Amino acid sequence: MSRFARNGIVALAALVLVALPFGLKPYGVYLLSLWAVMTIAAIGLNLTLGYAGQISLAQASFVGIGAYTAALLTTQGWSLWLALVLAVLLCLAIGWVLGYPALRVQHHYLAFVTLSFATLVFLILRNEEWLTRGVYGISGIPRPEVFGWSTRHPVAFYFVCLGFLLAVSLGMGWLIRSPWGRAFTALRENPVRADSLGVDIRRYTLLAFAIGSALGGVAGVLYAPLVQFIEPSAFALNLSLNLLLMVMVGGSGHFFGPFVGAAVAVLLPEWLRFGEGLYLVLYALFVMVLISFCPTGLLGLVQRWRRPGARTTGAQDTR
Amino acid sequence: MSDVRASTTAASAAPAAPAVLEVRGLAKSFGGLVAVDGVSFEVREGEILGLIGPNGSGKSTLFNCILGQLPPSAGVVRIDGRAISGLRPCDLNRLGIGRTFQLLQVFPQLTVRENLILAGQEHQGSMWSRLVGPRDAGLAAAADRMIEFFRLAHLAEEKAGNLSYGQQKLLDAAMAFMAGPRLVLLDEPAGGVNPTMLGSLRERLREINARQGATFVVIEHNMEFVMSLCTRILVLAEGRIIAEGDPETVRNDPVVIEAYLGQ
Repeated sequence: MSRFARNGIVALAALVLVALPFGLKPYGVYLLSLWAVMTIAAIGLNLTLGYAGQISLAQASFVGIGAYTAALLTTQGWSLWLALVLAVLLCLAIGWVLGYPALRVQHHYLAFVTLSFATLVFLILRNEEWLTRGVYGISGIPRPEVFGWSTRHPVAFYFVCLGFLLAVSLGMGWLIRSPWGRAFTALRENPVRADSLGVDIRRYTLLAFAIGSALGGVAGVLYAPLVQFIEPSAFALNLSLNLLLMVMVGGSGHFFGPFVGAAVAVLLPEWLRFGEGLYLVLYALFVMVLISFCPTGLLGLVQRWRRPGARTTGAQDTR
Repeated sequence: MSDVRASTTAASAAPAAPAVLEVRGLAKSFGGLVAVDGVSFEVREGEILGLIGPNGSGKSTLFNCILGQLPPSAGVVRIDGRAISGLRPCDLNRLGIGRTFQLLQVFPQLTVRENLILAGQEHQGSMWSRLVGPRDAGLAAAADRMIEFFRLAHLAEEKAGNLSYGQQKLLDAAMAFMAGPRLVLLDEPAGGVNPTMLGSLRERLREINARQGATFVVIEHNMEFVMSLCTRILVLAEGRIIAEGDPETVRNDPVVIEAYLGQ
């Protein structure tokens, strides 16, 4: 795809994203907002997994940490923007620490380490009632004001989410084109060689976890006022697996992969509702066929169709 | 035994050039297997030292111990007289020590130019300046010069994974030189490279050696290549140095012929 065609598609998609909510019922607007929020979390995981090659089953935990930070503070009258800053710092720090096991183990071992961390976070959210109110959850989470404008209306808050998605996308695009982005890719493709070329693989591994986790936190800070009621099970393993699915279905290591993947994971099940009780079955079959026949995801499929014969290995294929 | 040999050559060689790399009594065992068994030698500034020996004689393990990839069981490695034990490969690289691996190691999903820029970027500025500073200041131009130098100009925008084996091998070597290292350890640079490209690689190595005074240690099985490139050769067998000298001496050494060439 030429740069021109790609920019055209992006511009068209942006136009649709701006115009669409005005023609949708509140539930449709909610789904679009959820798509934007989940895309942000998936963009974070795409950095950790897709670019830097570090598997994490704990992305939902960071969404949870962000959401609880926002919910606890804003229900006490704090500003959401302050909660955002705190959540990002918190997730950066915890994500950095979670990166340490990745310096020792990789692949499925790392998956289990992060899985255990996710379980730990879930247990804290559920059991530490003095802080999180446990299974009763937190309700009445207010939506913020933006420059004095209320965002209580679904469409208004949708534009808040969309604005964040835009900012995160620009930031991520800038990051992966920077020397850091190149070092992350080198870390994924061949850490031993990268090490011998002066790339401090320890530091980049920790950074990949920290930045990816912080974006999970950003998504959480938006998720809380979007749904206005949160409880621990929303941030359990299910969501982590879903985010992993978004990254893989969209195309791990592709910049627009999370956008496509989140659309598939959030919107496709809804569109399949014509199948009545079978819609989740249809969805499951779709995912099975896609991953089996195109492990590089939908954008990998586009790439293969564009340049037949070109090597399109999965991002995890480091030979 | 190897200690004696090392000191005699050190005395007989040009006394002016200081030792860039000094290895003393280096040993490495894996369980009961002794891969490197008390090896000592020096590499002087501007030298091209060949390291030959049969398969399994410990050459690559020796490289890995020198470069911080493996912790040695015993012995000491000094760069410019300073012991470097405990330094990581990336630290050593930033001290001006480059290397290539026995098996081809490029980044297949990055373009040729990106591979080279990556090989130079960690030598510039701080971590922070690499994020927010000017992008690839001077590096893109340096990468293009390196691409030109290794005759890869027509492939600059190609993903490294799409290059032929020989071309990737040249890129692999070029990456080791990108940061202008003083000492480069090359592990079988000629392996699997066709004769024409081999001549080109030899010329490039000689040029870098002559122009920048870079010092090389080269592991190689291609005798013609190693004999024509190196100024001095060490022969390793079963983890020990069994012979050393200029190519002519080594070629005619009966011990070497028995252990290696006569195989």
